[in-house]
Order: sequence, then C-alpha cells, then structure tokens
Amino acid sequence: MESTETIRLRILEAVPGALLEVVPNGAPVGQPSLLVDPEHALAVARFLRDAPGLQFDYCSNVTGVDWLDREEEEIVRDRVAETGGEKKIEEPRKRVRPGYLEVVYHLYSMALRHGPLVLRLRTGNRTDRVRLPSLTPIWRSCEFQEREVYDLFGVVFEGHPDLRRILMWEGFQDYPMRKDYVEPDDYEYEPTPHDDVWEKARRHYPAPTVGSGGETSGNPGS
Amino acid sequence: MDVGLRSELQRHGIFVTTLEELYNWGRSNSLWPLGFGLACCAIEMIAASMARYDLARFGAEVFRPSPRQADLMIVAGTVTKKMAPQVVRLYNQMAEPKYVIAMGACAISGGPFKQGYNVLKGIDRYIPVDVHIPGCPPRPEALIHALMTLQQRIAAESLVGPNRPRHLRRDQPGEFPVPEYGSHDLIPPKNESIWRPPVIVRSG
Ligand code: SF4
Repeated sequence: MESTETIRLRILEAVPGALLEVVPNGAPVGQPSLLVDPEHALAVARFLRDAPGLQFDYCSNVTGVDWLDREEEEIVRDRVAETGGEKKIEEPRKRVRPGYLEVVYHLYSMALRHGPLVLRLRTGNRTDRVRLPSLTPIWRSCEFQEREVYDLFGVVFEGHPDLRRILMWEGFQDYPMRKDYVEPDDYEYEPTPHDDVWEKARRHYPAPTVGSGGETSGNPGS
Repeated sequence: MDVGLRSELQRHGIFVTTLEELYNWGRSNSLWPLGFGLACCAIEMIAASMARYDLARFGAEVFRPSPRQADLMIVAGTVTKKMAPQVVRLYNQMAEPKYVIAMGACAISGGPFKQGYNVLKGIDRYIPVDVHIPGCPPRPEALIHALMTLQQRIAAESLVGPNRPRHLRRDQPGEFPVPEYGSHDLIPPKNESIWRPPVIVRSG
C-alpha cells in the first residue's frame, strides 16, 4: 500500500480543495491517519473506494472518540522595551482548545489485500455543530456502526438512510459514551463496593444511629 | 405412608403412590425450558443441552421456541435494560406453573457489567427467581445442578394446604408489571413487591 502521505497527495489531485492532514501516531504501531474535512469527506471516500491502486472497498470499523475541551499551556516569548535596552520575557499563557467529537473509519481493500487506512472526521464542537456526512452511501458496512456512534456519542450523520438509536432505546436521553455523561444513580445495593462505586453506594445506605457503634454495619469496607 | 412399608410392598410388585407425588414426578421430569439466551452464559446452556452433558437425561432437553409451550425460563446471560421488558413480557406469557433459573453473575446481579449504565442489576428485580446459579459463566454441571435443585423443589411442593406453591394461590400474581423505558433508566427500577435491597447500615 502507498504511504498515507502519498495517498494524501493523490487525493488532493483528485479532489481539489480538500483539507487533508496526516495525523502521526506516536504509539509503537506507528499507524498514521488521515484527517479529512467534512465538506469533502464524501468525495474523498468515493475516490478512495474507486481509485485504481487504492480500491478501499471495505470499511471494517467505525468508532467515535470524545475529546473534551483541553487547556493547553504555551510559553509566549516576547521582547519588551525597557529603559536602557530590551528585556526578554517568557510568560506562560493558557489557551482552551475547544473539544470536538471524532469519528474514525478503518478502511481495507479486499481486492488488493491491503490496509488499513484510517480516516478521521471531526465535528465543529461537542454541542451544536455535531453534523458530519455519512459514509454509508460509499460503504454499506458503515450503516449500523454509524448508528452506534450516533447512539453513544451523538454525532448526527447527514445522508444516513436510517439514523436511529441502535443500542439504547428510543427516548433515551444523552449519549453514554461521552466523557461527561452522568449515569443513573441506581446503586441502592452493592455488596462489594470499592473506589468511586463505594462513594455512590454509601449515599444510599442510612447513616448509623448514634450509639450503635457501627456493629450492625454490613459495610465490607469498614 | 410409611417408607418402610412402601418399599416392602414394592418388593412384592405393588406400587403405592399419591396423586400429588405422581403429579410432581411427572412435572419435575418434563421441564421444558424456553429457548432463549442473552449472552455468553447461553453458550454454556447450549452445551448443557448437547450430547456431552445431555440435559435430556433430566427431561429438560425440549427447548421451546414459544413461551406458551415452556414452563422453565433460564435467564442465561446479561439482561440489558433494553432487553428487560421483553424478558418480563415473555415470563408473563408463559403458562403456569412456571419457574425461573437465573444463570450466571449477570442474571443474578449484573455481574461484570453491574457498574454500567445499561445493564439490569439482577432479573429478580422484576420476576421471581427460583434458583440462582453463580459463576461467570457457570459450567454445564452447575446448570444441571440447578435443574436438579429445581426438580427437588417441585417434588416437594404440596398441592393443597397453606404451603401451596405460588401458581396454586389465587392471591399471588402470575404476571408481573412490565417496566417502561425512561429517559435514563427503567421505570420503575425494580418491582418493590418482589425485590427490595437489603438494608445496609454504614459505619461512618
Ligand atoms: S455471567 Fe459471565 S459468562 Fe454469563 S453472561 Fe455474564 S459475563 Fe457472560
């Protein structure tokens, strides 16, 4: 298979105006991925499927990633004019990088037996700009997996033939795989609580009456 | 009847029994399970019904595809909150007398997924369970043991008198309310009339 960088250049030739970025991977596997802008994603996907030598005819996996707002610190170097010369200052400045939802596609070619090529699509933010083009028209195997990403992360896929929840029921609120999801508090009984489960469970246990000395406690952590 | 006298009579080719015993003997040896599995435990249930473990020896190999024909529900696997109403509905559709075996850590308590947002923390919150089998998954031998335990319980049921089983009492329900889907959890989260959490008093 051609390197991700070569593929990127080929796509740029075929789909003018596409914004592509090769995202390096620091892990030992070193598998880089290709960040695609949502406007051109469909055209890029069609090219990847049909271009001779690439022919990524199989999308094996679609998954979502939730990136929260991140605070980044950067050192700003500046020169300030001072009496009798200049002074260099370095000051750390905090910057909030807004969060987004990311959808990752793993592509293989059955015809040419190569892959995977990893595509990433990012939404504008985590609240109101969560629409991305659906790649189901290109790869049928995306259908259920995009529904799953919609169900658990709340990414709305435009052009999806049947975008409904798939794992949770209709009428369920929120998106459970988001990092800020608050799960229902149903720990009224937990025989072996530990860590944060214990914190949750103990809220349901009545406090001991004064003088009982805790002998009646069924708390295994005591 | 005196047990000694009965075996003495049997030796002479006279078989004495009661209607109750005969009835329970027949019932306990022809338990027809409902053929459904929910997760990995179902694989062990299937193994138990196959030639190697051979559930047929206990008369329970006739897995029925319809709740109307089944009298034993083996809840084999993880009951997700999305699945729980269907399980309760299937139970309601089974004809009396009916029994439930909760197989595996998941069906008992939620098991390894107990801390998840989407798994019911034990099917006994909605339907009465006769035998619980711990294990993740329980081996087929454990399922066979549960079946034998259930058979013993059925054989010990008296059909008249104050200790009649649930299905012979007018005041006991044979159907249980099916929970509804809420915005995050099932409504109600448990059937208070059959399951209440044990009261645990914390020490501090
Ligand atoms: S108890 Fe274990 S084996 Fe059984 S369904 Fe749950 S996770 Fe699977």
